[in-house]
Amino acid sequence: MKKKLLPFLAIVLIPQIFLAIAILDKPKQMDPAVLEALKVEVQNRPKKAVDHSMFAELQKDFKRPQEVTEACLSCHTGRGDELLTNHHWLWERESFIEGRGVVYLGKKNLVNNFCTGIGGSEGTCNKCHAGYGWEDDTFDFTKQRNMDCLICHDNTQTYEKASGGAGYPPSSGPLAPDYNYITANVGKPTKYNCGYCHFYSAGGNNIKHGHLEEALLNTNRNVDVHMAREGLDMSCTDCHKTQNHIMLGRYYGTASNDYNRATCTQCHGNTPHAMSKLNEHTVKVACQTCHIPTYAKVNPTKTYWDWSTACDLHDGKPIEYMDSTGRISYQSIKGTAYWASNVEPEYVWFNGQADHMLVSDSITEFPVKINTLFGDYTDSKAQIWPVKIHRGKQPFDPHYHRILKAKLWDREPGKGGLWVDFNWESSLREGMKIAGLPWSGQWEFVETEMFLPISHMVSPKEMSLSCSDCHTREGSRLHNLTDFYMPARDRSATLDTIGILLILGTLFGVITHGTMRIIAYRRRKKISSK
Amino acid sequence: MAKETYVYKVFERFWHWSQAFLILFLAVTGFDIHGSFNLMGFESAVRWHNISLWALVTLIVFAIFWHFTTGEWRQYIPTSKFIKAQIAYYITGIFKGAPHPTKKSVYNKFNPLQRLVYLGLKIFAIPVQVITGFLYLYYKYPSGGAIKSIDMVNLRLIALIHTIGAFALVAFVIAHVYLTTTGKKPLEAMKAMITGWEELEDEHEVIDQNTAVEKDQKEN
Repeated sequence: MKKKLLPFLAIVLIPQIFLAIAILDKPKQMDPAVLEALKVEVQNRPKKAVDHSMFAELQKDFKRPQEVTEACLSCHTGRGDELLTNHHWLWERESFIEGRGVVYLGKKNLVNNFCTGIGGSEGTCNKCHAGYGWEDDTFDFTKQRNMDCLICHDNTQTYEKASGGAGYPPSSGPLAPDYNYITANVGKPTKYNCGYCHFYSAGGNNIKHGHLEEALLNTNRNVDVHMAREGLDMSCTDCHKTQNHIMLGRYYGTASNDYNRATCTQCHGNTPHAMSKLNEHTVKVACQTCHIPTYAKVNPTKTYWDWSTACDLHDGKPIEYMDSTGRISYQSIKGTAYWASNVEPEYVWFNGQADHMLVSDSITEFPVKINTLFGDYTDSKAQIWPVKIHRGKQPFDPHYHRILKAKLWDREPGKGGLWVDFNWESSLREGMKIAGLPWSGQWEFVETEMFLPISHMVSPKEMSLSCSDCHTREGSRLHNLTDFYMPARDRSATLDTIGILLILGTLFGVITHGTMRIIAYRRRKKISSK
Repeated sequence: MAKETYVYKVFERFWHWSQAFLILFLAVTGFDIHGSFNLMGFESAVRWHNISLWALVTLIVFAIFWHFTTGEWRQYIPTSKFIKAQIAYYITGIFKGAPHPTKKSVYNKFNPLQRLVYLGLKIFAIPVQVITGFLYLYYKYPSGGAIKSIDMVNLRLIALIHTIGAFALVAFVIAHVYLTTTGKKPLEAMKAMITGWEELEDEHEVIDQNTAVEKDQKEN
């Protein structure tokens, strides 16, 4: 008998253990050299070329902001022409949408389910327009002197636009701009400039987007790995690169066509991970999905806006309630609001093309989709995207099957401004008159949904999603996306049952067979011993 | 006359036990990936499943080479001879203490059922698992800084076939381990697969007995 058990076990086990140890070392997920090169590139920002305080044109006693614009354009020739067709000026863009053809869409005419849209309330909404005096549809979009250069190029952080001023700065008082000081310190837009409008959309910090807010002005790595003050402290225009006033980046929720967008891959490339399996995921999964595990990381964002409760007055006066955390839960002017912070996004397929509900659309499906992001698994351009889905209730005409536009604001009472008169009937009548559409006189409140893709507040790599956040039977982040097979989440329950029965059947078979053999053996032994 | 014979060569045993270990390990990590249980977590399970896949494929390449160079592949040529007798043995004979219908020799290591099942394993079950496994792994693959995709409708079909194969292999292992105990002594076959040595009937006697059984059957 040759006993070679030990040497044999050595032959079997040593290679396996060796192989295991060699590969056990967890592979790095990104080449650090690539990141370092990117950091150097970002830090090489061009220095300011000129000192504007030296220019005689800017020493004048400016009475009106338009005079500043004229002074700017007297040297920066042609820049006004560039802005004439720019979306920061026009608030609309030419888009092609399947089923609609070529349409001109933008803030000018779109509906949302926050403040519902600017129509009729331009005087207050258009505080954020890069221009002066857009109060109603008579605004002349060809007059370059009405362009507001300072809102984007003021580097002093002192330039303010007035509330309800249709884009004008206050002409007197403590907030009236010191034009000579400001024009001496103009430069490329900073986070502060962009944030002046984009952080406060829908009427307050972080209300609309949930990933663009004032906390980004001074933040840390965990909130935003790019903008962290202790890191690269990147500004908006480092990614939203700009040529001739055309900014890279068109908001995914409101821009219908997929071109000229700011992307992660413009710096990081299509295959940034060291691990091939992760790179392969980029075909179907947007970077943002794994790298922005939560949004509204600092201040809360609104998740639900119910207009149906608006206009409750207390002794004829508007009221406002706060919840225990200081968030406004009810306002007579806006209705009921729900807020959330550190929100896990919802996930949808998105190929970069979007449709938008227009006020003239006849509504057949509820909840009403304010915008639609196209794409599914079979679409080779579609990726899984994280979105904030903002839900709400807003007025609807049950006769014409249309979402109704209310006029929200006016300088004076009695002109249909909801926030002044608190009368739905008159504000809907005015709103629909401005929209140029008939109204039956009836209204009810219907559920609406708006899809807002999330692209900011990128987390450090240690905090990005791990495999099992999606690849799990229970509680997968992608539990809603069922048009494809995903390992660990999906299975054929029938096949699994058959497989388990096969294994149990085999076990049962061998146990029965073995037991019968033992019994038969004992019986034979008994017989033979007799 | 029974005689201690060297049946299983070093490589053969190395191949057998490595394959056994790898198949079991692939089953554990595979069902972890499948979500049947959560042992090491999805990410580690995937990594280990891929590592052991490559180990198994390497092993199979060497095993194929070995089978052809040694001529051992002939052991797997299926035969219908004695197949009924072998089935009858497992159903009735084994309980009566009847002798095995075929006798083992170095040149005829497998009974007809073994030949059939092992051949099926080699040319069907394992290739199906390897092919579906590679499709699963590489239906998306990097190519020149981009990710390309094999044009497949979706992963579902591949994954389901791979799952069927996995269940079948686990069932095979259970039956296979049990059937090792059906030799003269329960642990005899196991011992032989470890040491390489097994007590076999003398060559000449084996041939005589086999032909005798054959004659018996013809006469009946």
